[in-house]
Amino acid sequence: MLAPTTYGPRGWDPFTDMRRLQAEMNRLFEDTGSLRTGRVYPPVNVWLGDNSIVVAAEMPGLSHEDIELTVQDDTLTIRGERPLAADDNQVAWHRRERMTGSFARTVELPFRVDPDKVEARFQNGVLAVEMQRPEQDRPRRIAINAS
Amino acid sequence: MAQNLTTTTGGEVERLNGENARRPIYRPATDIFETDDHVVLVADMPGVGPDDVEVTLERRVLTIRGYAHPPAPEGYRQVYGEYGTGDYERVFTLTDDIDQDDIRATTGHGVLRLELPKAASAKPRRIEVKAA
Repeated sequence: MLAPTTYGPRGWDPFTDMRRLQAEMNRLFEDTGSLRTGRVYPPVNVWLGDNSIVVAAEMPGLSHEDIELTVQDDTLTIRGERPLAADDNQVAWHRRERMTGSFARTVELPFRVDPDKVEARFQNGVLAVEMQRPEQDRPRRIAINAS
Repeated sequence: MAQNLTTTTGGEVERLNGENARRPIYRPATDIFETDDHVVLVADMPGVGPDDVEVTLERRVLTIRGYAHPPAPEGYRQVYGEYGTGDYERVFTLTDDIDQDDIRATTGHGVLRLELPKAASAKPRRIEVKAA
């Protein structure tokens, strides 16, 4: 069947095909986008102290309301979603490099942490989570008795 | 559709930037899209505060820079790293159909957003057709 795509409700519209092509291109970019950024998100850096640990993650564009942070034993999980910068149907894309979509990242810590002593800060798109090792788990010096 | 912006090639580079600090410079991941009357550029610059962004326009060359201040925790040593911290820089070449006097820049949560209004000549115009 000959699909009369270039004949819209208001008669001949030469841009219908172009718009359709644009939408197809956008979909194409979306697919390759997720392939290209085929690495885990968000990227994290880890710092270690004596009895504490700091996990930092780069998530530009998000704020504390957009992410869910959970700690269980020695596992930290960061969940969230990064929205698309613009509505697909309203704009024409020239370049799409920023990661979008929902993500979940689990970071295994070298020790158990106290879930009541977690301090998280989100500044300029960088999340920093400071966690403490529970008192009872900390290494203790054992006095050696001379016999 | 005309490509309004082209970018320079080259990825992460390292160079001496002023003073004594040697900091890596990264190319921020950028989205560029076009609406009916604007070209919008959105660049990720995590760690960069609102006051540490620099946007310059010289003739048709638009340069965006961001200076990050990563919070390095004191008394800690880094044991694992997936991202580097440094500054951001990227250069774009504008075509003539951007109204260069009315470019708007906003920042927040480590993201720079630039709204470049299209010049009147570049906007779609409806041509009146008169009956003969």
